[in-house]
Amino acid sequence: MMKPERPVGIVGYGAYIPRFRIAAREIARIWDGAGGTPVDSKSVPGPDEDTITMSIEAARNALARARIAPDRLSAVWVGSESPPYSVKPSGTLVAEALGATPWVSAADWEFACKAGSEALTAAMGMVGSGMAQYVLAIGADTAQGRPGDALEYTAAAGAAALLVGPAAEAVAVIEGTTSYVTDTPDFFRRADTAYPVHGHRFTGEPAYFNTLRSAAERLLRDLGAKPSDFTYAVFHQPNTRFPQTVARQLGFTPQQIATGLLSPKIGNAYSAAALLGLCAILDVAKPGDTIFVATYGSGAGSDAYALRVTEALPERRGRAPLTAAYLARETFVDYAVYAKRRGKLVME
Amino acid sequence: MDLAKHWRLRHARYRLEGQRNRLTGEVRFPPAPPRPGEAEDVWEPYVLSGRGRVYSFSVVRQPPEGFEDQPPYLVALVRLDEGPMVTAQLTDCDLEQAAIDMPVEMVTRRLRDLGPTGLIVYGYKFRPIVQSGNH
Repeated sequence: MMKPERPVGIVGYGAYIPRFRIAAREIARIWDGAGGTPVDSKSVPGPDEDTITMSIEAARNALARARIAPDRLSAVWVGSESPPYSVKPSGTLVAEALGATPWVSAADWEFACKAGSEALTAAMGMVGSGMAQYVLAIGADTAQGRPGDALEYTAAAGAAALLVGPAAEAVAVIEGTTSYVTDTPDFFRRADTAYPVHGHRFTGEPAYFNTLRSAAERLLRDLGAKPSDFTYAVFHQPNTRFPQTVARQLGFTPQQIATGLLSPKIGNAYSAAALLGLCAILDVAKPGDTIFVATYGSGAGSDAYALRVTEALPERRGRAPLTAAYLARETFVDYAVYAKRRGKLVME
Repeated sequence: MDLAKHWRLRHARYRLEGQRNRLTGEVRFPPAPPRPGEAEDVWEPYVLSGRGRVYSFSVVRQPPEGFEDQPPYLVALVRLDEGPMVTAQLTDCDLEQAAIDMPVEMVTRRLRDLGPTGLIVYGYKFRPIVQSGNH
């Protein structure tokens, strides 16, 4: 287990989910009407939205909750697999929009669906060492799936921002983290192609389940804790079934994961997926509640965290829109609008 | 590509940064140089709240060059809480939902995409308010 010498926690948090949705059955109507769908619907970014714009809104919500002036941030880090530019950091533009520039570290992190939690772990180190007082770790994605591919049912959009600071100021103290990483070819995209591919032999048990379980079990063991010690749990959610299954394998109950399980309604928000679930939990958790978080990124790795909610949370959460407010803004689009918005129509 | 123009406007566009008069407290947007006779530093940078109301609006169906993929879209005059009036697109807002006096808030969105070898231009738009947890 990793834990900084100086205790750290989440001082502010912010969610963002675009208003548009497409129903999974609408995708099935076009490609394959048979069988079930992995989620009910997924979020779709608006025509003027991308990883940068969603990061900005989630980050503003985190700063509003913490009431921290943006120029006090020591770092603004964006974890994503869908940066708008291949070369030109998202972090600089987000930092500029927040008003955190110029005396700030800004960078982009990359690790499939766990790029955001990479930034979170690094933020723990930066604050925990005393190098920084406040670091903003963001996970944001506008994920793409090849038309007709199984991934198209779930590849979604969203952002979550976690403002890491001293434990004494936190709404939730981070009690420890583990990171489990191997080189696993379960899912990848080459630089010049639009859509990723699955390494089907590896997807599932060797990748998601084994990796996430390894990080989670090690954290539980090092903490001397058991699943029933936690009020809530949230896992990376590429669909509905995977997080439900890994929760059961680890010994968490459906009740523990219910609050943070957003994938049935918004799909897989990639780098934001587990972190948005954490935001939804922080929206309702009470002081003293405990939260278990495990992310997953293809390639493959998992970061697990144990958090304890403090007395500061109830007052701070009302200062920005709750995750539920974004979930409630549901405007459904059909496949034609979705295809146009997501650049799936070839114009020339 | 007008890189310098877009770069120069970044603070105003990304975070609605205007100016406040150190002597009178007047807030203005967009930022501008001092008027004749004013001290160089009398106007200080000031980030506006982003809250305001729709003063008037119109639906653009015949777009200007560079906005061909966007219509129909809403353009509004927004009276900001601090006083200044700005022109901006409304976003996350259905055409039939737009109304005079509608409370709106600023969001930073993509304004234009200058093509595969060009800049993505980001800036302020306004949308119907997403309520905070208190409500």
